[in-house]
Amino acid sequence: MFEQTTDKNWSLLDKQVLETEYDIVRIRQLIRSHAKGIQMGIVDQTRITTAVSELLRNMYNYANGGEVQIETGPVEGKMALIITCSDHGPGIENLEMAMSDGYTTGMGLGYGLPGAKRLVDKFEIETQKDKGTTVRLIKWR
Amino acid sequence: MNTDLQEKRIPIIKIRDFLIVSIQVDMHDRLAIKLQSQILEEIAKTGAKGVLIDISVLEMVDSFIGRMLSGMATMASIMDAAVVIVGMQPAVAITLVELGLDMPGVDTALNMEKGMEMLEKRMRDQQVEDF
Ligand SMILES: Nc1ncnc2c1ncn2[C@@H]1O[C@H](COP(=O)(O)OP(=O)(O)OP(=O)(O)O)[C@@H](O)[C@H]1O
Ligand SMILES: [Mg+2]
Repeated sequence: MFEQTTDKNWSLLDKQVLETEYDIVRIRQLIRSHAKGIQMGIVDQTRITTAVSELLRNMYNYANGGEVQIETGPVEGKMALIITCSDHGPGIENLEMAMSDGYTTGMGLGYGLPGAKRLVDKFEIETQKDKGTTVRLIKWR
Repeated sequence: MNTDLQEKRIPIIKIRDFLIVSIQVDMHDRLAIKLQSQILEEIAKTGAKGVLIDISVLEMVDSFIGRMLSGMATMASIMDAAVVIVGMQPAVAITLVELGLDMPGVDTALNMEKGMEMLEKRMRDQQVEDF
């Protein structure tokens, strides 16, 4: 998965399981502290934390939870924080629609995915019906 | 920032015609919903004309919390009360805009004092209209 950007020089900082609503808060706070830990600026810390919060809620709402991997390392020669959120949910039926502002199948406003994409430097998503969804967010330091 | 995730109640204080709420925790979704209904109940009970919500310690506002705040402002205005969000951190404001969330009906102020002035001015203007 994500062969273009996966790099064996990345180091794993953390791995977390999302099951409950409380995990959304707990994990987004962890993201913040890792972003701080690699000396990311305050606005970028807020951007990546908020983007991850959106993905966590999607996993909680649509996929019954999932897993989050936090890594750091070079991406295109620059130091980055790499967050990978994966679930074994139903997959996203219409990915193109889901990535556009205002599309929701739930009660949201449909800004989660496109908004998260705007908040990071690189956004990759893979989804397969009945298999699940994996989203990778990359934010340069 | 308080990281205690157990159930907690966010205090709502009434001063004269206004309610003052200071959010001191990173809220999980159910707590945000609970706070929204508590504030609306308090408006109904006290007839408050304005609500000041201090979010200066909040390090992030995502679409859920943003929606809770704007939804509350809309409902409060139906009850003839104005909502002012106080002390939003610059990084939070930038992120909200980039996320694509505009919060219709939500007024913001730099600090409590400015927020209070906004509400008082609004009340004066309304009294003139009523007269
Ligand atoms: N992990 C996921 N698994 C399955 N479907 C998903 C997942 N994430 C998103 N979706 C689908 O994509 C749609 C768009 O997601 P997006 O986060 O942009 O909006 P939303 O969650 O509906 O609303 P908001 O995020 O504004 O509250 C969702 O309504 C849902 O149908
Ligand atoms: Mg969403």
